Amino acid sequence: MTIDIIINSHLWFAANTAEGSLSILEMVVIALIYLGIFSVAGLFLVLLERRVAAWFQLRVGPNRVGFQGLLQTMADALKLVSKELTGTSKADMFLYNLAPYFVIISSLMALAVLPFTNEFQAFDINIGIFFLIAISSIGVIGVLLGGWSSNNKFALIGAMRSGVQTISYELSVGLSLLTMILLTGTLQLSEIVDVQKDGWLIVQGHIPAIIAFMIFMISGTAETNRAPFDMVEAESELGAGFHTEYSGMKFAYFFLAEFINMFIIAAIAATVFFGAWLSPFGITESIPWLGVFWFLGKTLALVFLMMWFRWTFPRLRVDQLLTLEWKYLLPINLVNIVIMALMVWLNLIIRV
Amino acid sequence: MDSTTKNSNFKTEEYQINMGPQHPATHGVLNLLLTIDGEIIKKVEPDLGYIHRSIEKMCERDSYQQIVHLTDRMDYLSSNINNEAVCLAVENALELEVPERVKVIRTIIGELTRISSHCLWWGVMGMDVGALSTFFYGFRDREMINDIFEETCGARLTMNYNVPGGLMLDIHPNFVKRVKKFVAHFKTKIPEYDRLLTQNVIFQKRTKGVGILTKEDAISFGASGPVARASGYSCDVRKYHPYSALDKVSFKESLKTEGDTFARYQVRIMELWESLSIIEQLIDNIPEGEHRVKTNAVIKLPKGEFYQKVETARGELGVYIISKGTKNPYRLKFRSPGFSNLSLLNHIAVGGKIGDLVAIMATIDLVIPDIDR
Repeated sequence: MTIDIIINSHLWFAANTAEGSLSILEMVVIALIYLGIFSVAGLFLVLLERRVAAWFQLRVGPNRVGFQGLLQTMADALKLVSKELTGTSKADMFLYNLAPYFVIISSLMALAVLPFTNEFQAFDINIGIFFLIAISSIGVIGVLLGGWSSNNKFALIGAMRSGVQTISYELSVGLSLLTMILLTGTLQLSEIVDVQKDGWLIVQGHIPAIIAFMIFMISGTAETNRAPFDMVEAESELGAGFHTEYSGMKFAYFFLAEFINMFIIAAIAATVFFGAWLSPFGITESIPWLGVFWFLGKTLALVFLMMWFRWTFPRLRVDQLLTLEWKYLLPINLVNIVIMALMVWLNLIIRV
Repeated sequence: MDSTTKNSNFKTEEYQINMGPQHPATHGVLNLLLTIDGEIIKKVEPDLGYIHRSIEKMCERDSYQQIVHLTDRMDYLSSNINNEAVCLAVENALELEVPERVKVIRTIIGELTRISSHCLWWGVMGMDVGALSTFFYGFRDREMINDIFEETCGARLTMNYNVPGGLMLDIHPNFVKRVKKFVAHFKTKIPEYDRLLTQNVIFQKRTKGVGILTKEDAISFGASGPVARASGYSCDVRKYHPYSALDKVSFKESLKTEGDTFARYQVRIMELWESLSIIEQLIDNIPEGEHRVKTNAVIKLPKGEFYQKVETARGELGVYIISKGTKNPYRLKFRSPGFSNLSLLNHIAVGGKIGDLVAIMATIDLVIPDIDR
């Protein structure tokens, strides 16, 4: 489907354009496709979260605008576009305006390397996982800038918490992925998926892989600033946290980025632990484009898990958050890496 | 913080932040002026008066029947119990004996009000520590009580059901049936509350050992209600000065000795069970009879001073009336539980984090109109 369009357009461009302009035009087309995916995924996830939350909370949730409320977030986005962009008088306007773009661009860039199928991947670089970790840590700069520049003490507290939190939990995200890299021996996402043709990595690596998966989901939730780690927003403590002073589309950027980040964390987990677009037991191996559905299915299952966390758990306190990371997750992670290395060395891996 | 100021050029500075009057954690228009060092709270100064309606002054203008209406608007979550306090004070002053039926119904309605208030508190408590879903579970059960009240009293929040001399109306024919249904329903729901919030590891970590109030402090700050009982100070007015039909029922006073936020939480959950048991003891044998004794259209209290205290969902509510023998009180003073309990806040929140303050405020269970009046 989409892949065919991309391939066809590639051939069309190749036939009709000069050498130099080929890649630029192609980039523009692909970028537009990804922007489309980005906004649709973001809007859909917002709706999904609201419906899931309603389900957990004995409510119905938005189901009036469009079929089952599918156009609800579209309507909300339209409202946000039409809102006035306000700001505090003594805000550092340059940084204040810059902050949302850091957040949104970092989450957009991460989408580029995700392997939707074996062909549908914008950017298959040999440092894929490293790129993802690096990109996802840019977002916190936006949060820090936003909280700092908006000249609001609540926003500042939120931003400082965010800095502390993201820097700490990035270690766990990186190390838990590194545990799995020991199994694959490569950082390239397409090769990581190829390795899993002998069984998903969570099966191949069994116990240490399951530990790594749990650590990744915990620290991934923390890195996206979602409950129970939503110290950054903590509405009962800080009002709205770092984006207190943002309105209209700038607020929508922060809001959308949160959901895209959640999608990305789930997608990384699906790729690294659950074989991305590979179907279980190879049942749809003959139809490669079905991989998109497997990939999205696995990702959405993990997204649902994160939503489940959010609507069930109370929030941790900021010092407990750091205790959890530095005293528990990090040591467990380091030991886990050693165990995994020993396993790879002694060849205790389960291959189907 | 000492190490940073000593060793480097960076200086840390305390700063002030206004929590409220529009802030989700204060549940109303309370302004807390916080002095914070980073995340650590150095000082909490409550700034009151945003919803002051001079209810006590209005009481001096109104007749005793009218005063009952005003009490609904103080602690609006225990409105029936507030009504009862004024009615009891007036009845005692007049030496008026109300029928047994009135006493029993007043007690049942009072305990239902307590459960409804604690349901709301439980939902909000969860929300304050970040578990948003609890709010809806609490409201689901509170809704059933509100429906019962709506049927019997005609209102859902400010019931205004008691009048000096009895009850405004007799209970609805469905009342007994629906209360029994609610009791059976709610007995299965309290364990659900426990599974959802009480047993949660994060919740326990957030609340255990936070905001410890010793028994001595509880007494010297004039704390009452679940806040004081969580510190081991036995002060249940229902036990020590039983009013209405409370001397006919047997119930345990919910007591804890830890004095921390979790203990205050547990005391309220225990109170839910006790209130259910009180209702169960009374609901099957509501005596027949009149729902109201005739009083004069204009009630004139004899000259003197009268005091009546009751146990609301938040603690001890006192009504102090000075009468000069006219149809209005010369002076009427409410001793509200929220005001005394709020005065603790600075004492127990200092040294904690912002997150702790929110949890402490949730278990003190502030209702701002009760504090400001």
